[in-house]
Amino acid sequence: MTVRVQQDVFDPWRELAAHETAQVERLAGQAGAAVVFVGRMRDFSHGTPVTAMRLEHYSGMTEAYLEKISIEACTRWELLDTLILHRFGSLQPDDPIVLVAAWSAHRDAAFAATRYLIDELKTRAPFWKQEQTPAGNRWVQPG
Amino acid sequence: MARILYFAYLVDKLGRAAEDLPLPAEVADVRGLLALLRKRGGIWEKALAEDRVQVLVNKQFASLDTPVTGAQEIAIVSNAPG
Repeated sequence: MTVRVQQDVFDPWRELAAHETAQVERLAGQAGAAVVFVGRMRDFSHGTPVTAMRLEHYSGMTEAYLEKISIEACTRWELLDTLILHRFGSLQPDDPIVLVAAWSAHRDAAFAATRYLIDELKTRAPFWKQEQTPAGNRWVQPG
Repeated sequence: MARILYFAYLVDKLGRAAEDLPLPAEVADVRGLLALLRKRGGIWEKALAEDRVQVLVNKQFASLDTPVTGAQEIAIVSNAPG
């Protein structure tokens, strides 16, 4: 179970490969299923262009919340491992914002857990998003 | 003395991200703290209405009844941007 919140841009596919390599003893021969969600920044929102975005988080609290939902997922489904990686700070269109992955012996658990993690994260995790548009900056609700 | 943290939209509106606030004895819970801050008037009165904010006490999501006596850190976030 890994949670990381970082300011730097990341490549989700490199991160996944690195994680699977680091966790090879846990996953190799065991994980029949890996389900991955990658969320990227759009260049539009509610019909208007978005040129950039700022994501704020509550340092310490945000990580603790992501760990909490990871533990909840591991309690609800038979998982071998989970990974959540999330950006904060300034983002540009097409930047990866979030990577969520779950590994399990069979696909149902990994699909359900990945869906659960991204939905919980989007609706309840302490992140706040400000979109920068040609008409000015605006804070937007999660969801 | 409690450290009050503000986030996102509230930082822009209130012009600060944090402050150290001595909590008077009569402020027992989140409801009381918000009422105290709203007494500052102006934008404080509007932005910190009970149905416009979510409060975390010592990094735990709190309700209006959550005690704040002895709290170290209280975070206030807006749930009604714009």
